Amino acid sequence: MRWLPLAIFAGLAVLLAAGVLLSRRPDRDALPSPLIGKPAPAFSLPVLHEPGRLVSLADLKGAAFVLNVWGSWCPSCRDEHAVITHFAESKRVRVVGYNWKDDRADALRWLEQFGNPYWVVVADQDSRYALDWGIYGAPETFLVDANGVIRWKHVGALTDDIIHDQLLPALAQSEQAR
Amino acid sequence: MLPELGQAVLILALLVAALQAVLPLTGAQRGIAAWMSVARPAAFVQLALVASAFAILAHAFVIQDFSLKYVATNSNSLLPVVYRYTAVWGAHEGSLLLWALILALWTAAVAAFSKSLPQPVIARVLGVMGAIAFGFLAFLIFTSNPFERLLPAAVEGRDLNPLLQDPGMIIHPPMLYFGYVGFCVPFAFAIAALLDDRIDARWLRWTRPWTNVAWGFLTIGIALGSWWAYYELGWGGWWFWDPVENASFMPWLAGTALLHSQAVTEKRGSFRGWTLLLAIAAFSLSLLGTFLVRSGVLTSVHAFAADPTRGLFILVFLGLVIGGSLLLYALRSPDGVDGAPFAVSSRETLLLANNLLLTSACAMVLLGTLYPLLADALDLGKISVGPPYFALLFVLLMAPLVLLLPFGPLTRWQREQASRPVAMLVPWAGLALGIGVAVFFLAPQGAWKVAAGVAGSAWVLLGTMRFLWSRLRTPGSRFTPEMLGMTLAHVGIAVFLVGALLTEGLSRQRELALAPGQSVTLGAHAFRLDGVERHAGPNFIADTGTVSVTRNGTALGVMHPEKRSYASGGQVMTEAAIAPGITRDLYVALGEPLGGGSWAVRVHVKPFVRWIWMGAVLMALGGFVTATDRRFRRREVA
Amino acid sequence: MNPIRKRRLLLVLVLLVAAAVATTLVAVALQRNVAYLYTPSEVLKGEAGEHARFRLGGMVQAGSFARAPGSMEAHFAVDDGDATLPVTYTGILPDLFREKQAVIATGRMQGGIFVADEVLAKHDETYMPKEVADKMGAAHQKHGVHADADVPAVGQ
Repeated sequence: MRWLPLAIFAGLAVLLAAGVLLSRRPDRDALPSPLIGKPAPAFSLPVLHEPGRLVSLADLKGAAFVLNVWGSWCPSCRDEHAVITHFAESKRVRVVGYNWKDDRADALRWLEQFGNPYWVVVADQDSRYALDWGIYGAPETFLVDANGVIRWKHVGALTDDIIHDQLLPALAQSEQAR
Repeated sequence: MLPELGQAVLILALLVAALQAVLPLTGAQRGIAAWMSVARPAAFVQLALVASAFAILAHAFVIQDFSLKYVATNSNSLLPVVYRYTAVWGAHEGSLLLWALILALWTAAVAAFSKSLPQPVIARVLGVMGAIAFGFLAFLIFTSNPFERLLPAAVEGRDLNPLLQDPGMIIHPPMLYFGYVGFCVPFAFAIAALLDDRIDARWLRWTRPWTNVAWGFLTIGIALGSWWAYYELGWGGWWFWDPVENASFMPWLAGTALLHSQAVTEKRGSFRGWTLLLAIAAFSLSLLGTFLVRSGVLTSVHAFAADPTRGLFILVFLGLVIGGSLLLYALRSPDGVDGAPFAVSSRETLLLANNLLLTSACAMVLLGTLYPLLADALDLGKISVGPPYFALLFVLLMAPLVLLLPFGPLTRWQREQASRPVAMLVPWAGLALGIGVAVFFLAPQGAWKVAAGVAGSAWVLLGTMRFLWSRLRTPGSRFTPEMLGMTLAHVGIAVFLVGALLTEGLSRQRELALAPGQSVTLGAHAFRLDGVERHAGPNFIADTGTVSVTRNGTALGVMHPEKRSYASGGQVMTEAAIAPGITRDLYVALGEPLGGGSWAVRVHVKPFVRWIWMGAVLMALGGFVTATDRRFRRREVA
Repeated sequence: MNPIRKRRLLLVLVLLVAAAVATTLVAVALQRNVAYLYTPSEVLKGEAGEHARFRLGGMVQAGSFARAPGSMEAHFAVDDGDATLPVTYTGILPDLFREKQAVIATGRMQGGIFVADEVLAKHDETYMPKEVADKMGAAHQKHGVHADADVPAVGQ
C-alpha cells in the first residue's frame, strides 16, 4: 500500500517518457512546407549593405543557394550563427541572408559584431514577402535549387548534424536531378 | 558591472544552498551537532544573497539597463516606474528569481521562528529546503540566467505585455508564490519526519501553523488571479479552468485536504499516511504548477526539441523531488496501527470523506489538465479539454462535501451516535431547504443554480452557527483560535457559494452594436452609449467610451470603458469599466469600432460576483487565524 | 467470516464501486468535452469528419477580414499556408485578433463555411494551447524575443 503512490508516479513518468522518446523527430513540429517542390516566390529586396541596390529571385537563379532568415532580435539566430559561418566557409553553396523585420542599423551592427557569412544579405523590413515564403519566425532556412525551386526548409536553428543529414543530401539530390 | 555581480551572487547562493542541504542533513543523520548548526546561519546568508541578486535585477529595470537581455525584452522607456518593478517578474527568468527569493524568505522565517524545535528537526527541515533552493538556483544559473547580457545593447526595449501593466500584477504573482513556495515548509517537515521516523502530535504542532499560513496566502493568490482575470481580460468571467489557473488550484485542493488531515493526525494520531502524502502532493503540485505555467515547456512535450536543456532540467528536478519523496515514503512510512480505531459514525470518517473528495477533485483536475499533454505525447492528436468537464465533475464532488460540512464540527471523535448531530441540524437543514425552495420560485432565471447556491450557503452558514452556539453556550468550554479560524473559513465557503452560484445563475449579458445615443436594457438596468473619444495615456492611446446607466429609470452614473493601443508593442487592450457593488457588478467593455461611429459593446450585470472573492478572503483569514493558536507556540522540551 | 473482515470487505466493495462510478463519469465527461484541433487543409481533406464541433487553427488570411458596417457579424478566412477556410463569427473578437496572426476558432462546419461560436487569438485571455503553434510549425517563441510568447494571459 505504501508503494502505491510511488508506483503510480513512476508509471505516469514512464508513460510520458515513452511517448516523448517514441515520437521524437527533430522536424516533427515543423509542418512540411507546402512550398517544397514548388517554385520559390519571387521577390525583389534591397541589399542590406547597399540599400540602393535591389536583388531579386531572378538574380539568384542559375545556381542553388541557401536562404537563411534571421534578425538581430532573434537569440536563436545567434546560436546558429557559428554553424552557418562554418557551412558558408565550405563554399559548398551560396548562403543568402534574409534579414527580416529588423532595423538596418541593428542588423549591420549584428553582422559587424558576429561576422558576415552571407554571400549577400537582403533586407525585408516590412515582411513584404515573408508570408509568401511561409516564414513564421526566425531562424528559418530554405534550400532553393538552380531553377528557383524550393527543395528543403528547416524551421529553427541549424546544427551541423542537420546540415549534414538533411541539407547536404537535399542539395546533392537537386543537383543530380538537374 | 552590477549584473555580473548579480550573477556572482547567485552562484554564491547556490553554494550556500548546497552547504545548507548537505551538512545539516548528514549532521542530523549522524548526530554531528556542528554540522547541524550550519542550517540556520546558512538560511540567513542565502536570503541575503538571493535578495541582493533580486535587488540588482530590480535596479537594472528601474534604470532601464537594456544591455541586459531580460530587461530589454520585458521593459521599455515608456514604461511607468511602478511597472518597472513588476516587470522584474513579468517573464520566465525573473519570476524564477522571485520564486527563489520567496523560498529564501520562507526558509529564513522557519529558521527564525523555530526556537522550540529540537536541533535535528530544524536541521532536517532547513536542509530539505536548502536542497530545493539548490535545484531552483541551479535551474536559474544554468538555463535561465536573468543577468544575461545583450550585446550590443538594445536601444529600446520591447514592451512589457500590456496585460501585465496593471496593479493586479504587482501583487498577484508574489502572493501566489508565497502560497506555492509556502507548501515547501510542510513538505520539508514531512521529509524530516520520514527521515526521523517520528510523526507525533508534537511534529504536527510544528508543521500546522506553517501549513495554514501558506494555504492562506495561496487562497488569496488564487482569488487575486480570478479577480484580475475578471476585470482585466474584458470578458466578465472569473474562472476559466485553463491550465494556468488549474496549476494553482490543484495545490490548493491538496492543501485544503492537508489542513484537515493534519488536524486529525494531531488530535487522534490517525491519518498519518494521508498527512504525509498530502504534504508531498501539495508541494509537488506547486512545483508542477510553477513549471507548467512558467516555462511553457510542459504544455507541449515536443517543445523539448526546441528547448531541451530547460525541459530536461525540469523533468529531472521534478522526478527527483517527487519520486525521491515518494520513495522515502514507501521505505519509511509509519508502520502499524494508525491511531485509535474509529467507528463509521465519527468525525474521523467525515474527515476521511473530506480527504477523499478533495483528493478526487484534485486528481480530476490534474487529469483534465495533463490529458492533452499525454495525448500529444502518445500521438493521439491535438486536443483540448473544455471547461464543462471540470465544472461538472467539480460540482459533483463538492456537493457531498457541502452537504457533510456542517456535520463535521458537531460530530464527536471516534464514536458518535449519528442521531445526535442529525437532530441538532435537522431544523436548520429544513430551513435551508425551505429558503432554497422559495428562492427557486422567485428567481427570475437560472432557478436551479440560484436555489442550490442559496440553500447550500444557508445550510453551511446555519450549520456553522449551530456549532458556534453550542460551543459558546457550554460553560467552561474553550473557544480557541483554531475554532475561530475554522468558523471563519467555513463561513467563507458559504459566502463563496452564494457568489459563485448566483453569478452563474443570475448574470445577464449582451453583445451588440451601439451607435451614440442608443441603449441596451438588461433586466432593470439600461446602458446608453453617449459617445467615444480618443485621448492619450503615458504609453498608450485610448478610445474612451461614455456610457450612462440607469436602473428602473433612475440615473446611476456614468461608466468609461476603454480600448487602449500600446505604443511599443502595438497591442490593443480592453479596459472594462466596472461599477462594483455588494449585490451586483455592472460591467461594460468596448469591442471594436464598427464604422459610422457605432461600436461593438459588451455589457454585463453580474449579481453577487464580489462574494466570490469575499468568501476567499474569509477562508484565507480563517487559515491565518488558526495559525495563531497558542497551542502551536508552546515551548517544547526536546 | 468475522465481523471485522466483513466490514473490511464491505469497505473495499464500496470503494471499488465508487471508483468504477468515478472512472465512468470522468471518462464520459472527458469524451464529451474534448475538442480536437484541425487545420483548414485537414478539414478539407475530411479529417475532421466525425467531430461535429471542433477547433480550427491557422492564420487569419491577409485581406480576408470583413464586417458589414454596424453589424456584429464578422467574416474572415483561416489559412495554413496550404488551404483556406471561410469563417463567420457573430460577436466581439478578441483584442489580439488580427490578420496574419494565429487564431483558433471553435465551432462547426455548415455548408462550406465554418461557423464559429468562440474565437481565440494569440495569447488571448484563455491560455493559448501550444498545439496551434505546433500544428503550423509556427513557433511564437521563435517570433522574436517577445517575452509574451511564454507569458500566459493570467500572468503569474
